[in-house]
Amino acid sequence: MSGLPDRKEAQVKQLLEGPYPVVPTGLAAGAAARGDRLLRRRRALRRFGWAVLFAAAVAFAVWASLTRPWAGPPTGISPPLEGW
Amino acid sequence: MRAVDQQAGPYGEFEAFVAGAAGRLLHVAVLLTGEPESARRLLADALARTYANWRRLRADDPYDFTRHELCAAFARTGWRHHGGSGVLARLSPPERLVVVLRLYEGLAEEVTAAQLGMPVERVRVLCNRAVSLLRSREAA
Repeated sequence: MSGLPDRKEAQVKQLLEGPYPVVPTGLAAGAAARGDRLLRRRRALRRFGWAVLFAAAVAFAVWASLTRPWAGPPTGISPPLEGW
Repeated sequence: MRAVDQQAGPYGEFEAFVAGAAGRLLHVAVLLTGEPESARRLLADALARTYANWRRLRADDPYDFTRHELCAAFARTGWRHHGGSGVLARLSPPERLVVVLRLYEGLAEEVTAAQLGMPVERVRVLCNRAVSLLRSREAA
Protein backbone atom coordinates (compact mmCIF):
# COMPACT_ATOMS: atom_id res chain seq x y z
CA MET A 1 0.00 0.00 0.00
CA SER A 2 2.01 2.94 -1.23
CA GLY A 3 0.63 6.42 -1.08
CA LEU A 4 1.40 7.44 -4.64
CA PRO A 5 -1.15 5.31 -6.56
CA ASP A 6 -3.77 6.28 -3.99
CA ARG A 7 -3.11 9.94 -4.68
CA LYS A 8 -3.36 9.37 -8.42
CA GLU A 9 -6.58 7.44 -8.00
CA ALA A 10 -7.97 10.18 -5.78
CA GLN A 11 -7.31 12.70 -8.55
CA VAL A 12 -9.18 10.56 -11.05
CA LYS A 13 -12.00 10.04 -8.56
CA GLN A 14 -12.36 13.79 -8.31
CA LEU A 15 -12.55 13.91 -12.09
CA LEU A 16 -15.40 11.40 -12.05
CA GLU A 17 -17.42 13.17 -9.41
CA GLY A 18 -19.94 15.71 -10.48
CA PRO A 19 -23.56 16.65 -10.19
CA TYR A 20 -26.02 13.95 -11.14
CA PRO A 21 -27.66 14.55 -14.52
CA VAL A 22 -31.36 15.34 -14.58
CA VAL A 23 -33.42 12.17 -14.62
CA PRO A 24 -36.08 12.27 -17.34
CA THR A 25 -39.61 12.27 -15.97
CA GLY A 26 -41.59 9.09 -16.37
CA LEU A 27 -38.47 6.93 -16.28
CA ALA A 28 -39.91 4.62 -13.62
CA ALA A 29 -43.29 4.35 -15.31
CA GLY A 30 -41.77 3.63 -18.71
CA ALA A 31 -39.34 1.07 -17.30
CA ALA A 32 -42.15 -0.61 -15.35
CA ALA A 33 -44.32 -0.81 -18.47
CA ARG A 34 -41.48 -2.35 -20.47
CA GLY A 35 -40.62 -4.67 -17.60
CA ASP A 36 -44.25 -5.83 -17.51
CA ARG A 37 -44.15 -6.48 -21.23
CA LEU A 38 -40.92 -8.43 -20.77
CA LEU A 39 -42.51 -10.50 -18.00
CA ARG A 40 -45.59 -11.20 -20.07
CA ARG A 41 -43.49 -12.30 -23.02
CA ARG A 42 -41.41 -14.54 -20.78
CA ARG A 43 -44.55 -16.06 -19.26
CA ALA A 44 -46.10 -16.66 -22.70
CA LEU A 45 -42.90 -18.30 -23.89
CA ARG A 46 -42.85 -20.58 -20.86
CA ARG A 47 -46.49 -21.50 -21.35
CA PHE A 48 -45.81 -22.26 -25.01
CA GLY A 49 -42.88 -24.48 -24.08
CA TRP A 50 -44.96 -26.47 -21.59
CA ALA A 51 -47.75 -26.82 -24.15
CA VAL A 52 -45.32 -28.20 -26.72
CA LEU A 53 -43.88 -30.61 -24.17
CA PHE A 54 -47.35 -31.80 -23.16
CA ALA A 55 -48.45 -32.24 -26.78
CA ALA A 56 -45.31 -34.24 -27.51
CA ALA A 57 -45.95 -36.50 -24.51
CA VAL A 58 -49.56 -37.12 -25.57
CA ALA A 59 -48.52 -37.79 -29.16
CA PHE A 60 -45.90 -40.26 -27.99
CA ALA A 61 -48.37 -42.06 -25.72
CA VAL A 62 -50.92 -42.38 -28.52
CA TRP A 63 -48.31 -43.58 -30.99
CA ALA A 64 -46.91 -46.12 -28.50
CA SER A 65 -50.33 -47.51 -27.59
CA LEU A 66 -51.18 -47.93 -31.28
CA THR A 67 -47.98 -49.51 -32.59
CA ARG A 68 -46.82 -51.27 -29.37
CA PRO A 69 -43.13 -51.19 -30.28
CA TRP A 70 -42.25 -53.25 -27.18
CA ALA A 71 -44.16 -56.29 -28.48
CA GLY A 72 -41.73 -58.01 -30.84
CA PRO A 73 -42.87 -59.28 -34.23
CA PRO A 74 -44.52 -62.73 -34.09
CA THR A 75 -42.02 -65.47 -34.79
CA GLY A 76 -42.70 -67.45 -37.95
CA ILE A 77 -40.81 -70.49 -36.67
CA SER A 78 -42.27 -72.74 -33.98
CA PRO A 79 -39.95 -74.72 -31.68
CA PRO A 80 -39.33 -78.37 -32.54
CA LEU A 81 -42.02 -80.66 -31.15
CA GLU A 82 -40.48 -83.33 -28.87
CA GLY A 83 -41.50 -85.80 -26.14
CA TRP A 84 -44.79 -87.08 -27.52
CA MET B 1 -39.87 5.34 1.46
CA ARG B 2 -42.73 7.78 1.02
CA ALA B 3 -43.82 6.16 -2.22
CA VAL B 4 -44.02 2.78 -0.53
CA ASP B 5 -46.52 4.17 1.93
CA GLN B 6 -48.49 5.83 -0.82
CA GLN B 7 -48.70 2.85 -3.11
CA ALA B 8 -48.02 -0.61 -1.82
CA GLY B 9 -46.90 -3.42 -4.05
CA PRO B 10 -43.99 -3.94 -6.39
CA TYR B 11 -44.63 -0.85 -8.47
CA GLY B 12 -44.56 1.43 -5.44
CA GLU B 13 -41.30 -0.11 -4.26
CA PHE B 14 -39.83 0.13 -7.74
CA GLU B 15 -40.84 3.78 -8.05
CA ALA B 16 -39.23 4.58 -4.72
CA PHE B 17 -36.07 2.77 -5.78
CA VAL B 18 -35.91 4.67 -9.08
CA ALA B 19 -36.53 7.97 -7.34
CA GLY B 20 -33.59 7.31 -5.07
CA ALA B 21 -31.09 5.64 -7.36
CA ALA B 22 -31.77 6.86 -10.90
CA GLY B 23 -29.60 9.98 -10.58
CA ARG B 24 -26.51 8.08 -9.59
CA LEU B 25 -27.15 5.29 -12.10
CA LEU B 26 -27.65 7.82 -14.87
CA HIS B 27 -24.37 9.44 -13.90
CA VAL B 28 -22.69 6.05 -14.20
CA ALA B 29 -24.28 5.54 -17.62
CA VAL B 30 -23.20 8.99 -18.81
CA LEU B 31 -19.65 8.31 -17.63
CA LEU B 32 -19.65 5.06 -19.60
CA THR B 33 -21.18 6.24 -22.86
CA GLY B 34 -20.15 9.88 -22.86
CA GLU B 35 -23.44 10.90 -24.45
CA PRO B 36 -26.67 11.57 -22.56
CA GLU B 37 -29.02 10.07 -25.11
CA SER B 38 -27.55 6.56 -25.23
CA ALA B 39 -26.96 6.71 -21.49
CA ARG B 40 -30.67 7.27 -20.95
CA ARG B 41 -31.52 4.38 -23.26
CA LEU B 42 -29.04 2.10 -21.48
CA LEU B 43 -30.49 2.98 -18.09
CA ALA B 44 -34.09 2.54 -19.27
CA ASP B 45 -33.25 -0.95 -20.57
CA ALA B 46 -31.53 -1.92 -17.34
CA LEU B 47 -34.41 -0.60 -15.22
CA ALA B 48 -36.96 -2.49 -17.30
CA ARG B 49 -35.07 -5.71 -16.61
CA THR B 50 -34.84 -4.82 -12.94
CA TYR B 51 -38.61 -4.39 -12.80
CA ALA B 52 -39.14 -7.68 -14.62
CA ASN B 53 -37.01 -9.42 -11.98
CA TRP B 54 -38.32 -7.38 -9.04
CA ARG B 55 -40.04 -10.25 -7.24
CA ARG B 56 -37.08 -12.55 -7.67
CA LEU B 57 -34.42 -10.25 -6.26
CA ARG B 58 -36.05 -9.73 -2.88
CA ALA B 59 -32.86 -10.53 -1.02
CA ASP B 60 -30.52 -8.87 -3.53
CA ASP B 61 -29.84 -5.19 -3.85
CA PRO B 62 -31.78 -3.76 -6.79
CA TYR B 63 -29.09 -1.11 -7.21
CA ASP B 64 -26.41 -3.75 -7.69
CA PHE B 65 -28.65 -5.67 -10.07
CA THR B 66 -29.38 -2.60 -12.18
CA ARG B 67 -25.73 -1.56 -12.28
CA HIS B 68 -24.79 -5.08 -13.28
CA GLU B 69 -27.35 -5.05 -16.12
CA LEU B 70 -26.18 -1.60 -17.18
CA CYS B 71 -22.53 -2.62 -17.29
CA ALA B 72 -23.28 -5.90 -19.06
CA ALA B 73 -25.31 -4.07 -21.71
CA PHE B 74 -22.52 -1.55 -22.16
CA ALA B 75 -19.94 -4.33 -22.42
CA ARG B 76 -22.03 -5.98 -25.16
CA THR B 77 -22.45 -2.77 -27.16
CA GLY B 78 -19.33 -0.92 -26.03
CA TRP B 79 -17.76 -0.75 -29.47
CA ARG B 80 -20.63 1.50 -30.51
CA HIS B 81 -19.72 4.05 -27.89
CA HIS B 82 -16.13 4.67 -28.90
CA GLY B 83 -15.43 8.36 -28.62
CA GLY B 84 -18.18 10.46 -27.17
CA SER B 85 -17.57 13.70 -25.39
CA GLY B 86 -17.48 12.73 -21.73
CA VAL B 87 -14.69 12.80 -19.18
CA LEU B 88 -13.60 9.31 -20.23
CA ALA B 89 -13.77 9.97 -23.98
CA ARG B 90 -10.19 8.85 -24.58
CA LEU B 91 -10.56 5.52 -22.85
CA SER B 92 -11.60 2.26 -24.49
CA PRO B 93 -14.90 0.68 -23.35
CA PRO B 94 -13.24 -1.90 -21.02
CA GLU B 95 -11.10 0.85 -19.47
CA ARG B 96 -14.19 2.96 -18.88
CA LEU B 97 -15.96 0.04 -17.22
CA VAL B 98 -13.02 -0.65 -14.92
CA VAL B 99 -12.55 3.01 -14.00
CA VAL B 100 -16.23 3.55 -13.26
CA LEU B 101 -16.67 0.36 -11.24
CA ARG B 102 -13.37 0.60 -9.36
CA LEU B 103 -13.01 4.32 -8.76
CA TYR B 104 -16.48 5.83 -9.02
CA GLU B 105 -18.50 2.96 -7.54
CA GLY B 106 -15.68 1.88 -5.27
CA LEU B 107 -15.92 -1.86 -5.93
CA ALA B 108 -13.04 -4.11 -4.95
CA GLU B 109 -10.74 -5.40 -7.69
CA GLU B 110 -12.06 -8.95 -7.21
CA VAL B 111 -15.69 -7.87 -7.49
CA THR B 112 -14.97 -5.81 -10.60
CA ALA B 113 -13.12 -8.72 -12.17
CA ALA B 114 -15.97 -11.11 -11.41
CA GLN B 115 -18.57 -8.74 -12.78
CA LEU B 116 -16.68 -8.07 -16.00
CA GLY B 117 -15.56 -11.67 -16.40
CA MET B 118 -11.84 -10.94 -16.58
CA PRO B 119 -8.86 -11.86 -14.42
CA VAL B 120 -7.94 -9.58 -11.51
CA GLU B 121 -4.58 -8.91 -13.15
CA ARG B 122 -6.28 -7.46 -16.20
CA VAL B 123 -8.47 -5.21 -14.06
CA ARG B 124 -5.35 -3.87 -12.38
CA VAL B 125 -3.58 -3.27 -15.68
CA LEU B 126 -6.60 -1.57 -17.26
CA CYS B 127 -7.12 0.60 -14.20
CA ASN B 128 -3.49 1.71 -14.06
CA ARG B 129 -3.43 2.49 -17.78
CA ALA B 130 -6.67 4.45 -17.53
CA VAL B 131 -5.46 6.42 -14.54
CA SER B 132 -2.23 7.43 -16.23
CA LEU B 133 -4.09 8.32 -19.43
CA LEU B 134 -6.56 10.50 -17.58
CA ARG B 135 -3.83 12.21 -15.57
CA SER B 136 -1.72 12.90 -18.65
CA ARG B 137 -4.73 14.49 -20.32
CA GLU B 138 -5.42 16.57 -17.26
CA ALA B 139 -1.83 17.77 -17.14
CA ALA B 140 -1.78 18.65 -20.84
